[in-house]
Amino acid sequence: MSYKFHQFQVVGRALPTESDEQPKIYRMKLWATNEVRAKSKFWYYLRKLKKVKKSNGQMLAINEIFEKNPTTIKNYGIWLRYQSRTGYHNMYKEYRDTTLNGSIEQMYTEMASRHRVRHHCIQVIKTATIPAKLCKRESTKQFHNSKIKFPLVFKKVRPPTRKLKTTYKASRPNLFV
Amino acid sequence: MPFKRYVEIGRIALVNYGKDYGKLVVIVDVIDQNRALVDAPDMVRGQINFKRLTLTDIKIDIKRVPNKKTLIAALEAADVKNKWESSSWGRKLIVQKKRASLNDFDRFKIMLAKIKKAGVVRQELAKLKKETTA
Repeated sequence: MSYKFHQFQVVGRALPTESDEQPKIYRMKLWATNEVRAKSKFWYYLRKLKKVKKSNGQMLAINEIFEKNPTTIKNYGIWLRYQSRTGYHNMYKEYRDTTLNGSIEQMYTEMASRHRVRHHCIQVIKTATIPAKLCKRESTKQFHNSKIKFPLVFKKVRPPTRKLKTTYKASRPNLFV
Repeated sequence: MPFKRYVEIGRIALVNYGKDYGKLVVIVDVIDQNRALVDAPDMVRGQINFKRLTLTDIKIDIKRVPNKKTLIAALEAADVKNKWESSSWGRKLIVQKKRASLNDFDRFKIMLAKIKKAGVVRQELAKLKKETTA
């Protein structure tokens, strides 16, 4: 499964000067499509928090963070700050997914579809893996059932490869199972 | 008509699109409305969209997300492989695979066998026709 958004750990600090021999080192975990963008994002956030810019700072380390258990399902809670047409708002969203990168991708696509918020207007404040008892949204809680059972109601049978796709079909499809 | 095949933990499904096309997998958990966590003895446990699965009639008895050993033991206990290969759906898939892997000599042998079979059927038909007209 390839994900569009990768998680990076970026570590940087201001350049040492005569007045400050050992500047504080800051570490951020953020999501970006590649390393270059991650570094840029790091400086963007750090500028808003501390008096340091890329021109008077140095990047110490950037590592990609991979999912530890991509074969287990987890409930992810994402706190975000986004810019709508009329102002900034905070939001809390929950997703069920196997990896954190997958749930972040779900979040970006859902914000784009439900609220027309583009990716550059979203800031991820915090993410957490939520145990099932503490989930707030009904849409995630409905899958917390060890005896879950539902039928697949409309089943469109697709050609097994895109090559075998045809524009016209002789008969209407049978959607039952 | 009510539904007979449900998405549930332990349901065997056939993958009908993508890299694992043609594999029989077990649904071990449901992620959300569109995706399930599936597992098979020869693949790493992973997520797959329901659009890529066709449910079968076979269901095995497992708990939510069993480990690989328990899964393989449950598959053996329910005898999934034999049930699948003796079902009409499973047999059809085996025949399709065989037909796709024939070489020219095999096709020649099949042609001779078909001619022979048609000859025997026609002889019997001629005999029956003679009896009814006589």
